[in-house]
Amino acid sequence: MKRSFLILFLSILSFSYIYADSYQVGDKAADFSLKNVDGTMVSMSDFKDANGIIVIFTCNHCPYSVLYEDRIIELDRKYKIKGYPVVAINPNDPVKQPEDSYDKMIIRANEKGFTFPYLWDNGQQVTEAYGASRTPHVFLLEKVDSEYFVRYIGAIDDNSKSPADVEEKFVENAIDALIDGEKPDPDFTKAIGCTIKWAD
Amino acid sequence: MKLFKFIILSFFLGTLIADATAQEVPVYNFRQLEPLLNKRNDTTYVINFWATWCKPCVKEMPDLMKTNQKFKNGKFKMILVSMDFDIHLQTKVIPFINEQNIEADVILLNDSKQHEWINMVNEAWTGAIPITIIYNKDFYFFREGEITFSELNELITKNLKQ
Repeated sequence: MKRSFLILFLSILSFSYIYADSYQVGDKAADFSLKNVDGTMVSMSDFKDANGIIVIFTCNHCPYSVLYEDRIIELDRKYKIKGYPVVAINPNDPVKQPEDSYDKMIIRANEKGFTFPYLWDNGQQVTEAYGASRTPHVFLLEKVDSEYFVRYIGAIDDNSKSPADVEEKFVENAIDALIDGEKPDPDFTKAIGCTIKWAD
Repeated sequence: MKLFKFIILSFFLGTLIADATAQEVPVYNFRQLEPLLNKRNDTTYVINFWATWCKPCVKEMPDLMKTNQKFKNGKFKMILVSMDFDIHLQTKVIPFINEQNIEADVILLNDSKQHEWINMVNEAWTGAIPITIIYNKDFYFFREGEITFSELNELITKNLKQ
């Protein structure tokens, strides 16, 4: 009996620990400095003219990430000019998932012709701070007085398998709402994805 | 002639045996799957959401099979819900089932409205796989991420109905 209480206590503790550390809609997002596939370091503060940033945790190996690559390029093309560029971050540990190594990121970015930074979260601290739990996982940030706030968390749209059958473009709708001075609705969605490959 | 008969007979026998072990994989939408997540009887269910492309899912599969082997003759049922796309049923899912010698039921969930049904499976699920649910009418357990045989064994042994 004592033991089951301990287990219960520990699971509640670990549960609250996971969720307390994740960003929620409305939270301020901390800046980062991560290495891009072109070798430069990229921070949120580099985007002087942006009204916000579409932060997308994504990677090479996950089939769901691959399914969204073209749609992420399209998002960047459509919304960079409106002040919302894409910043992609690979959250995975390259030892756990060799396909997501920095060298393979460079290869993939070149193959697909990524028009946006594709950053390596070396040490996984940014992933942990955001509370990203899967790939792809979007955190839409809005800039208010040079600080960034989380306005939407979730999926890019409502159909990973087939772009032609998408009924709701969650991220596009959320940005359009922000541009119109409104709150995104929904501001939180879920989708199937790959787990984050954490270092041991 | 005898040899001919023998060949024909072995052919039929072979087909029979193959049929007996071959796994049927129905393709469901969420509305069809949902009742299996909400049974209220004496059976203890293990429901695992997985995919052939998901590395941690593939890694834990032997532990799930070992669990199924141990409990399958009791009031126990294991259902593996594949997140693979329906176009990969014949090319990836069925070959995987045969390679791994999977005896538990496999269902392929083909329902694109993930943002709606993920919460209906469990509010705590972020959408990453694998997940494992163990439940019966008096017990419920949910895990996002890998699970081991010893964890499964302990939870099921404690809660299995006689």
